[in-house]
Amino acid sequence: MGDLGWIFISTLLINNFVLAYFLGLCPFLGVSSKLDTSFRLGLATTFVMVVTALCAWILNTYVLIYAPYLRLISFIVVIACVVQLIEMAIKKLSPALFRALGIFLPLITTNCAILGLAIFATNRGYGLWQGLVYALGAGAGFTLAIVLMAGLRDETEMSDVPTMVKGIAFNLIVSGILSMAFMGFAGLFSAS
Amino acid sequence: MAKSEKQAYDEFIKGIWRENPVFVQVLGMCPMLAVTNSAINGVAMGLATCFVLVGSSFLVSLLKNLIPKQVRISCFIIIIATFVTVVDYSLLALVPAIHKELGAFIPLIVAKCLILGRQEAFASRNTIRMALIDALGMAAGFLIALVSLGAIREILGEGKLFGVPLFGDNFEPWVIMILPPGGFITLGFMLLFFNWFEEKKKRLDERAAAIEGSDI
Repeated sequence: MGDLGWIFISTLLINNFVLAYFLGLCPFLGVSSKLDTSFRLGLATTFVMVVTALCAWILNTYVLIYAPYLRLISFIVVIACVVQLIEMAIKKLSPALFRALGIFLPLITTNCAILGLAIFATNRGYGLWQGLVYALGAGAGFTLAIVLMAGLRDETEMSDVPTMVKGIAFNLIVSGILSMAFMGFAGLFSAS
Repeated sequence: MAKSEKQAYDEFIKGIWRENPVFVQVLGMCPMLAVTNSAINGVAMGLATCFVLVGSSFLVSLLKNLIPKQVRISCFIIIIATFVTVVDYSLLALVPAIHKELGAFIPLIVAKCLILGRQEAFASRNTIRMALIDALGMAAGFLIALVSLGAIREILGEGKLFGVPLFGDNFEPWVIMILPPGGFITLGFMLLFFNWFEEKKKRLDERAAAIEGSDI
């Protein structure tokens, strides 16, 4: 149990997918203009990540031991298909949930954070439960980062910055400072 | 003939400056910030991307009449993934040290919106020659961006360039520059510089236009 908890906390804070590995930067910078939207995007991403971890584990255990060079191609194709299927299922079963997550699901599939999650989990040799917890931590970390970023952008929207800094350059520098703050968590567990 | 030469040259240059994938379109950042903590990693990543982009542009342009419209995106992705697998295994065989440093970020080339974007926007609608030129231009722009980002971070963060020490013993390295925050901040400042340059140029153009207008 301690091992699983450790995996969760470390992917949530210390090795945050966005702020330490630079994964999922496109939605992080693109969608983070509204607090509400970014929270829902975070939830949808977490959901897809958990599904991905499950698919990756199944593929790794049953298929890819015979053909490791197909890893990348099969990850992409299988994950994209499964997410499409789940999207259709949700649309049918729970229209409310579909409205909350729906539009983001197909977009998220091509997000590098999803593929990164599958590859990192494989490289670290995680088992099923470890992989699922890893996915939960990564998703929660993504949600945390994007919600924080949306809040910061909300606060600075009215401030008077020079025109050449406005837009993406400003957002990048703000994320740099945010990432610096998250580096502080690196000392969290070093004592134990 | 001269006209088509000029057009080809334009397509090439556009990738390097006017539509530079990193500084102007801000695409393909995800794997690039993570690996550019030294100039040599930037070169390796840039060349790997270059190979994938040129290879898949060539194949997409060659097969553009065979690929059904409805499933084109999936086809593009599978083509790109094939080239990325080739790069991954070749780097592992040729330069294991660099492969270890780039690690999981080589497979992630596949998820770069830059590459898929070029296939969709350009290679699937143009002749093979133009597609190759466009891919080369974009890849060159990407390589330049990666290497300059890596060089800045390596110079400030370690006092070295391509592993060669630049300053004396008294230089205190800015460790933050080779850590993740340094990537965000360096790219932010480079974009800022680009914006400043463009704005200055625009203002000069406007002034020139105003002067011309007053003459008439």
